[in-house]
Amino acid sequence: MTAPQITPGTPPDGPILSVRNLHLAIAGRRRRTPILRNVSLDIAPGEVHGLVGESGAGKTMIGKVILGIQPSRAVVTGGSVRFGGRDITHLPERERRRLMGRGLGLIPQDPMTSLNPAGRIGGQIADVLRLHLGMDRAAARARALELLNDVHIREPERVLRRYPHELSGGMRQRVLIAIAFACRPKLIVADEPTTALDVTVQRQVLALIKEMQAQDGASILFVTHDLGVVAKTCDRVTVLHGGRVLEAGDTRAIVEAPQHDYTKALMAATPRHDRPGDLLQPVPEALTARLNEEALAYDAGPDTTSASHA
Amino acid sequence: MAEAAAVPGGPLPHARESAVRRLLGNPRVVLGGAVLLFFALAAVFAPLLAPHDPVEQDLMLQYIPPAWSDRAEPGYLFGTDNLGRDILSRLLYGAQIALFVAVAAAAAAGLLGTVLGLLAGYLGGWVDAVISRLVEVWMAFPAVLLSIVLVAVMGTGLHSVIIAIAVIDWTRFCRVVRAETMAQKQQDYVASAVTVGLGRMHILWREILPNVLPLLIVLFTLEMGIAVIVEAILSYVNLSLASDFPTWGTMIADGRKYVNQAPWLMILPILCVIALVLALNALGDGLKDALDPVMRK
Ligand SMILES: Nc1ncnc2c1ncn2[C@@H]1O[C@H](COP(=O)(O)OP(=O)(O)OP(=O)(O)O)[C@@H](O)[C@H]1O
Ligand SMILES: [Mg+2]
Repeated sequence: MTAPQITPGTPPDGPILSVRNLHLAIAGRRRRTPILRNVSLDIAPGEVHGLVGESGAGKTMIGKVILGIQPSRAVVTGGSVRFGGRDITHLPERERRRLMGRGLGLIPQDPMTSLNPAGRIGGQIADVLRLHLGMDRAAARARALELLNDVHIREPERVLRRYPHELSGGMRQRVLIAIAFACRPKLIVADEPTTALDVTVQRQVLALIKEMQAQDGASILFVTHDLGVVAKTCDRVTVLHGGRVLEAGDTRAIVEAPQHDYTKALMAATPRHDRPGDLLQPVPEALTARLNEEALAYDAGPDTTSASHA
Repeated sequence: MAEAAAVPGGPLPHARESAVRRLLGNPRVVLGGAVLLFFALAAVFAPLLAPHDPVEQDLMLQYIPPAWSDRAEPGYLFGTDNLGRDILSRLLYGAQIALFVAVAAAAAAGLLGTVLGLLAGYLGGWVDAVISRLVEVWMAFPAVLLSIVLVAVMGTGLHSVIIAIAVIDWTRFCRVVRAETMAQKQQDYVASAVTVGLGRMHILWREILPNVLPLLIVLFTLEMGIAVIVEAILSYVNLSLASDFPTWGTMIADGRKYVNQAPWLMILPILCVIALVLALNALGDGLKDALDPVMRK
């Protein structure tokens, strides 16, 4: 075990989340297809941590493993996920459920499909409050109203009685943000929380997430493929490609002086406010090919399953 | 923060209203619903509407033809039967029995099939394997034969008819509900429910079941139609109620003996059965179309 020895009494400045040398593969008919390769990342309390990479890099999968909702075919073949100093890699369902909502939360990618179409907004928020905070109906309703106010929904009393299909995508995402923050979890996974929204609404929702986070102090794992969003939103960032961490560090440092060729290429592919005239360069195919080869070479390497240091 | 300024809360589309409008815009729903309502009112108010006692015999009044014949008697709109009983009154009370059996049998079959279908679809694994096998084996029996055997074993009577229909037709609900539950389980809202820590049974009964409900309404309506036919068949072969009880099936069976002298004895209850069954089928199919966009969302 290469994971640092953290006993349950974690010092307050220790990471709230610590992913160590995580390996994950999808079990197929014949063989396992590696999806995550030796992934490590730490998130401090109150930190907003960006996770960037192209489509298929494994960003969503990391979020799912942290939340324990990875598909059953996805097998953790090595490494660990620690939350508040406690190993939660293979948590039984009951204990996992106790952690959800109060410890861990999710802001989903698609607000259009993530609320129950058959339930009123008020009921869906209240269910969570009643489950975790033991509130009665009236208290839960009052708190739901406050939460809708917090996420800047106008006429919250009316919205409480609405069904999801009566709300716009931006409104629904605000409701989902309210639900995610409802029981004050320590860490929220936000998986591309704005990609399904209109461009104008994206900025508002992003600003809202930042605002809620600043008030609440929760840590956020912010999954995106947009380094521009990372630069505006995140304290630190991890760059992922082909299930491997290529680079990690303070957002400022990485944005200003990227070390890895891939990060540089991603920067060149990202529109920048400060230099709007720049031509955008797609990530060169040669680089992608090289990275893919490296990943395969890593799989074939002598220590695929033993947790080696990168 | 300027960008996080309040978003407008309205005007919001009234989707509920549009769902109602879509239902009322479907001719099969409207027509089927109207006919069903007609029979339901007839059944509920049978004691008020029936001009005569449905089982009272009067041998002085045998074979009075319906009002449109020249030998008709005032006060006997649909005539009388071989024992002088008033046909209209018997049809009204017959509607009561037909609808009671239809609702009770569809409810019983629906309850059993829905619970098993939800569990099989949501839990999967061995629960699903056991329930699915059971459904397959069950469906291998021919339905009408099975119902006759069941009633013969349990003894005649309305309760046996209801139990027989439920015991045979729960598989209809089970198969459809299982498939729908499996589809619902894949939806994002179920994943979100898991990530806020809601328990499996909460998710099944409080999150998934309401989304399966529109489908259940459709199945329930269609099942009522089936139950009306099965009850008529069982009455016809004398396995439902004692024959002086005015069920439509009994009336058809009795009427068949006098089809030459008094064809209305057989034709009128047959028309009732056909009208009610067609209405239920039209309503069910119409509801399926009208609710489909909602169910797929
Ligand atoms: N249920 C699954 N079964 C099989 N393979 C899967 C499954 N889910 C994800 N994968 C694979 O895992 C890899 C990582 O997928 P993931 O969804 O984590 O990527 P991502 O970085 O989130 O991409 P995107 O930006 O498109 O969301 C992909 O190669 C994908 O094909
Ligand atoms: Mg993803």
